[in-house]
Amino acid sequence: MTLDFSTLLPYSGVIIEGLVTTLWLTVVTTFAGIALAIVVAYVRDLESGIMSRLLGGYVEVVRNTPFIVQLFFLFFGLPALGIPISAPVAALVAMVLNLGAYTAEILRAGIDSTARGQHEAARALGLSRLQSYRHVVLVPAFSRVYPSLISQCIIVMLGSAVVSQISVFDLTYAANFIQSRNFRGFEVYLVVTLIYLLLAVGMRRSFELVGRRLFAFRQGGSA
Amino acid sequence: MFAFTKHRFYRQALLALCCTVVTGLAAVSAQASDLATIEERGTLRVAVPQDFPPFGSVGTDLQPQGYDIDMAHYLADQMEVDLELVAVTSANRIPFLQTDKVDLVISSLGKNPERAAVIDFTDAYAPFFLGVFGTPEAAMIDDADGLSGKTIGVTRGSVEDMELSELAPSDTTVQRFEDNATTISAFLSGQVDYIATGNVVAAQIAERNAERAPTMVFRIKNSPCYIGLSQGNTALKDKVNALIEQAKQDGSLEAMSQKWFHTALPDDLSN
Repeated sequence: MTLDFSTLLPYSGVIIEGLVTTLWLTVVTTFAGIALAIVVAYVRDLESGIMSRLLGGYVEVVRNTPFIVQLFFLFFGLPALGIPISAPVAALVAMVLNLGAYTAEILRAGIDSTARGQHEAARALGLSRLQSYRHVVLVPAFSRVYPSLISQCIIVMLGSAVVSQISVFDLTYAANFIQSRNFRGFEVYLVVTLIYLLLAVGMRRSFELVGRRLFAFRQGGSA
Repeated sequence: MFAFTKHRFYRQALLALCCTVVTGLAAVSAQASDLATIEERGTLRVAVPQDFPPFGSVGTDLQPQGYDIDMAHYLADQMEVDLELVAVTSANRIPFLQTDKVDLVISSLGKNPERAAVIDFTDAYAPFFLGVFGTPEAAMIDDADGLSGKTIGVTRGSVEDMELSELAPSDTTVQRFEDNATTISAFLSGQVDYIATGNVVAAQIAERNAERAPTMVFRIKNSPCYIGLSQGNTALKDKVNALIEQAKQDGSLEAMSQKWFHTALPDDLSN
C-alpha cells in the first residue's frame, strides 16, 4: 500500500469545518471551564454550607465517571427528561463541566498552599473579602498550579475527540467521515494527528505567553 | 526434522487434493430434487437463517422462528408435505442448494447477477429495503426534495449513509453516528425525528418501542428477498411462485409482515 495524500484534497473543506468546531469548543470550554472552577473552588474553600457540599458532589461525580458516559447522559438522557439539547450544546456543556471539576481541584491545591494568615492579614489591612481573595489568594494560587492547568486544558481539547460520537462535526468526526468515504484511514488519521499535535503545542505556547504577562510578579522570584 | 516436515507437507497436500476431487465429484453428481422427488419423499427441505432476526432466529423455546421460517411452513403446508428446516449461514446457503442438501433457500436472499448465474430465483416474497423512517405521526415524503430541511440520523459509513448523502438536498442535515446502536438511541431519545436505516433494523426498534415505532416515509433503495432454488427446476419454481401469489392474495404475507416487521407490506409485494 502506498500513501496517497491527494485523495484527501477533495475533503479539505471537511477537515477545516471539523477544525473550526474543535477550535471554538476548546476556546469556549477553556474560558467557561476556568471561570466555573474559580467559583467552585471559592465556594468550597470559604463556605461550608449546603452549597459547598453540592459542589463537592458535582466535582466527585465528574471526576469519577468516564467523559463519554457524561456526554451520553446529557445527549440522550436530557431529551428523555423533556429537556431538548442539541449535539454541539451537549458537547460544550459536558466539556465545561468536565474542565470545571478538574480545574477546581487543581486550583484548590494552589489555594490551600496559601497560608490562611495572608488572607486574614489582607482583610485586616482593609481589603474586602473579594479583593483579598482575588489578589492574595487566587492569583498566587493560579501562578503555582499554572503548569497543571495548561495540561488539563490540553487534555480536555484532546478529549473533545469523543464528541464526534454524538454527531458533533469536530476534527475527529471529519476524519471518520473521510475515512468512511475514501477508505484512506492511514493518510486521514496521520493528517488529523498532526493537526491535534499542532493544536496542543500551540495551546501550550499561548498559555505560557499569557502566563508570563499575568504572573509577571513572579519573574525573577521563586518561579 | 526438515525432511519430516517436508514429507508431512506432501502427505497433507495429497490428502487435500483427494478431498477436493471427491467433494467436487459429489457436487457434480448431486442431482437437484425436482417437485416429483419432493412429493415422493414427503418432505420439503428448506435452508433458513438462524442468526438474522426477524427473518430467522432461535426463540426462547429453542425453536427457529421468523419471517423465513413462517414462509417455509406456509409452503410445506400448502404442498402437503413435511417440513425439514436446515439452519444455514449467509455464506453457505448457496452451496447447500448446489449440493442438494436442501430444496429451497428461504434465507433473506437478495438477487444479483453473480447468484443468478448459479441458482434460480422465484418471485419476491419478503421486503428488504433502505429507507428514511420517521415517528408514527410523520407524513410520507414523495421524493428526495421532500427531505429538505429535515434532520436525519444515520450510521456513518453505512450503505444508507452513502445513498442518503448522494440524494439528499444540500439543506438536509445528516447527523452521522458511530454505530447502529447510537443511531437508534438518537432516534428513540428524540434527538432526531428521522433516521435512515434498513427495514430490518426498523422492525427491531418497533419490536421494543411501540410508541415510537419507526415508520417509513421515504424509500432509498429496494432489494426484496427471493427464494432460491437450483437451476432448471421449472416445476418446483412454478409451484412456489403460485404459492407466493396465493399467499399475497389470502393475506398470509401481510400477516407475516405485521407479525415480524410490525408494518404493512410495501406496495410492490402486496399487489
